[in-house]
Amino acid sequence: MNFDPYILSIITFVPLAGALLLALLPDKGKTMQWGALAVSLFTFLCTLHLPAHYDYSAHGYQFVENCPWIAAPAINYHLGVDGLSLWLIVLTGFLAPLGVLISWNAIPKRKKTFYILFLLQQTAMFGVFVALDLFLYYAYWELTLVPMTILIATFGRTEKRRAAAIKYFLYAFIPSAILLVAVLWLYVQTGTFDVPKLTQLASVHGISANSPALWLASLAFLAAFAVKVPVFPLHGWLSDAVAEAPTAAVMVLVGKLGLYSILRFSFGIFPDESHRIAPLMIALAAIGIVYGALIALVQKDLKRLAAYGTLGHVSVAVLGIFTFTIAGLDGGIYQTLNEGLGGAAFFMLLGLLYERYQTYDMREYGGLAAKFPWMVTLFVITTLSVIGLPMLNGFVGEFLVFSGSMQWSLAHGSSFWWTALATSGVILTAAYMLWMIQRVFYGDLGIKSETVTGWDLDAREHIALWPLVAVFLVMGLASPYWTKAIDTFGAAASYPMSIYSPYVVEYNKTHHHGHVTLSIRNADGTMQQPKPIGVVDPSLAADALNKPAPQTNKGARY
Amino acid sequence: MSPNVIALLPEIVLTITGVLVMLIEAVLTPGTSRKSLGWFAILGTIASGAAAFYQLQFGTVQAYSGSIQIDAFSVFFHVLIAAVVLVTLLGSLDYFHGHATHAGEYFALSLFGAVGMMLMTCSVELLMVFIGLEISSISTYIMAGFRKGQATGSESSIKYFLLGSFATAFFLYGIALAFGATGSTSIAAIAAGLGSSATPLMAFMALAMIIIGIGFKVSAAPFHVWTPDVYQGAPAPVVGLMSTAPKAAAFAVLLRITFSGFPGFEPRWALLIGIIAVLSMTIGNLGALLQKDVKRMLAYSSIAHAGYLLVAFTAFPKDAIASAAFYIATYSAMNVGAFAVITQVSGYDETSRTAEDFTGLALRRPVMAALLTFFLLSLIGIPFTGGFFGKFYVFSAAIGAGHIWIAVLGLANSGFACFYYLRLIAALYTKSLKDVTTAGEDIAHPFTATTIPAGIGLTLAAAATLILGILPGQVLQLAQRAGTTSLAPVEKASMPVIEVK
Repeated sequence: MNFDPYILSIITFVPLAGALLLALLPDKGKTMQWGALAVSLFTFLCTLHLPAHYDYSAHGYQFVENCPWIAAPAINYHLGVDGLSLWLIVLTGFLAPLGVLISWNAIPKRKKTFYILFLLQQTAMFGVFVALDLFLYYAYWELTLVPMTILIATFGRTEKRRAAAIKYFLYAFIPSAILLVAVLWLYVQTGTFDVPKLTQLASVHGISANSPALWLASLAFLAAFAVKVPVFPLHGWLSDAVAEAPTAAVMVLVGKLGLYSILRFSFGIFPDESHRIAPLMIALAAIGIVYGALIALVQKDLKRLAAYGTLGHVSVAVLGIFTFTIAGLDGGIYQTLNEGLGGAAFFMLLGLLYERYQTYDMREYGGLAAKFPWMVTLFVITTLSVIGLPMLNGFVGEFLVFSGSMQWSLAHGSSFWWTALATSGVILTAAYMLWMIQRVFYGDLGIKSETVTGWDLDAREHIALWPLVAVFLVMGLASPYWTKAIDTFGAAASYPMSIYSPYVVEYNKTHHHGHVTLSIRNADGTMQQPKPIGVVDPSLAADALNKPAPQTNKGARY
Repeated sequence: MSPNVIALLPEIVLTITGVLVMLIEAVLTPGTSRKSLGWFAILGTIASGAAAFYQLQFGTVQAYSGSIQIDAFSVFFHVLIAAVVLVTLLGSLDYFHGHATHAGEYFALSLFGAVGMMLMTCSVELLMVFIGLEISSISTYIMAGFRKGQATGSESSIKYFLLGSFATAFFLYGIALAFGATGSTSIAAIAAGLGSSATPLMAFMALAMIIIGIGFKVSAAPFHVWTPDVYQGAPAPVVGLMSTAPKAAAFAVLLRITFSGFPGFEPRWALLIGIIAVLSMTIGNLGALLQKDVKRMLAYSSIAHAGYLLVAFTAFPKDAIASAAFYIATYSAMNVGAFAVITQVSGYDETSRTAEDFTGLALRRPVMAALLTFFLLSLIGIPFTGGFFGKFYVFSAAIGAGHIWIAVLGLANSGFACFYYLRLIAALYTKSLKDVTTAGEDIAHPFTATTIPAGIGLTLAAAATLILGILPGQVLQLAQRAGTTSLAPVEKASMPVIEVK
């Protein structure tokens, strides 16, 4: 049977159905855990249908479902997947069973509430990634807030959980309310909520001739998404929410929803405005990378360290996508996946430590390496992935982002200091991560690690963690397998710049031996003199020329 | 049946049921259960709703010398009022357990109140509207003070009565001025006479007076001051009723009067109502932030919701009526639901009053907590609930007419408003000190703790809130039809449309 026409609905609603099922089952023994595990594994299998049947040569949306939902105003139930959302959906599906496994014993009470909310959160996130109708998308976007807020309020670690939950909700909800104004304004202007149609209209300047209004609308979009990413300086909710939220919730809290939304909606519907605001966003991203890393350096609480580290990592992705180069966009999307995986692994490991020692205070740890060889191995692998060691996934993403960022600086004749600043974040990241490893696992035994007898990873925890490590390695070594889908989006998204932006950069097609020359088109359409910008890796140049790259292994080669 | 009878069929059914309930109540010996009377009242309400649906097939019909008009608009509000009364009655069947001596009167008064409200929505003659307003108001004044032994109840009733009468006086004064300016109290004749009126200022004064009168009834700022005290003191099921059905009726009247009666003054009254809308949202939300008592908080929230609803009046007429009608339907569903949960949780003696009392409800009564969470999320305006679609529709109508500023203010307001709802939701799901001491011993069984009728009522409210959020198509269509028909001119000689059998 051909599932293609329904697969996206199936993926979205299986967790919801699972949540309803759990609501009916009695909360006895391990029923809830097994039920949630079965549902999330089944969902993950469904998401694997997508890469297996995805047509990598085609552009545009696949597995499309489109049927009318409400007649007036014209709202459709329109779903679809492209190179951007494909792996994000699989990632979401992949992390869910791991989240269940890691919560197995960590959530001893009120399991029913926990797993129902956890599965509802899944549905909301899948909905965000597959919706191609602005109304439907907005609905899922808001819905993602609800289970997360209740999860934090109910299962938070300290007495401050209620405040953290409300803070998180307010931070995300207020900009979203303004986003709704912009969405409605778009509808009044164009008469449609359909994202592909809006994107098409935007590419021919068909949305509105009122450019201040377009600007405001684009800012409303960007602000709502940037808060959720979060982009510096809108990260106020992050450390409290991360510090309070249970591990399984933290794993999906940060990054991908906001980044996806920027790529799909800000870039798709407001291409010109996004290009114009890019320098600001790149600067903020560069600051965010360094700021996050510096603050992480001085944290004593492991979870807050991870929270600020996360800020740095998502900033790398933001930096990449706002360069509007193929390398940057691909790298940004890749980095979004990396952040999802690496962050998840890191938070899971921290959760395991907490389960054993009931503290996130680094000063109470020390010398654990001798006691827990397996745990330290996994911590180190995760750390290496996060700091971008070649052969692991982090490197591919960071390399692409920073090379894209450098291309952008050169192309715009602007200072490369932002890129330099951002790149220095790599060193700082390595510093705080490795220092953390040293303080927790090496040296003398700390107060807690001396008095409490913990235990090394048990079978369940091994099962939860090794898949992540395998993915780190595969994504690091066989990156083209993943980028071939991402590329179809990256190439398309980098396009509008060369066509519509008033100060556009065009890569001169007559290149030889890797010398890329740039032409700057003035606003009136005349060309500035091409100028060579130096030697570039041939495959990058080919990327830039929007030609298929030679079939080499990107990860290994870099 | 004569056309006149058909035109008032729902009201007639309700009146007969109400009178019967009252008569039977008088002959029952004190102390016997009044539940059967309640069931009888419920049947009557269902019948009147069905009668309203039955009217739908006749299109637009006028009766009683053009003072009553049934159309999709009136049917929409009739069915809505019947539904609200139905859910309230279901929720109050067991409410009087042990205090049953005057339950029969309560059921009868609910029905009479509904008659008044329904009459308001189908009258196109201001004096008829006034009669409907009085019938509905007097019933609700009495119901507000229904828990006789409690001081807050009497205070609530008296306050409601005094300020309500004051508002009705404004309304009546407005009618008098309108008559003076245009020579008629019929809405259509006022619209016709407006252009040739020698005293347009007087006509505008008339409209302003009417808006003030209605503003009191719908608790829009700055005419809202009675709301928190009255809601706090009145019994929870009554608050559920009076915060929705009479408001729906009053909004229906305001829609008819502004769009059909004073269309020539639209820019002026749209501005006036726009200002009232912004004031209501802001004052309602700010006020709610400071409340500890849950019913008081919901009172301020209802002020804010009146504000969101008034935003609809700034849109183009057809969109305005459709979106306002839809919003009032969603608001009624979620608010009646929220108060039904509060009725269930705190009971006749209102043991749970403050947010602290509700802390940890999810541990004690998980289903009730989940339902209350759902209704509160809908009041916030979270997608896939009626509250979201209602807000969405109202604000898109306002933006469609170019009033972006009011949409920005409104949605920013609703963004900040989520704080106080969320505070309550977070409390529901947090462990309280009470739970620690009793160690979870008092966890009630999720389904047996609630009686069956109350369960049906809650299910109806929750289903309505959900359906209005995910499959609003049917209701939306009826609301849009309401918008079209109430604006269409009616020929004077349209009286005998119905074949008399």
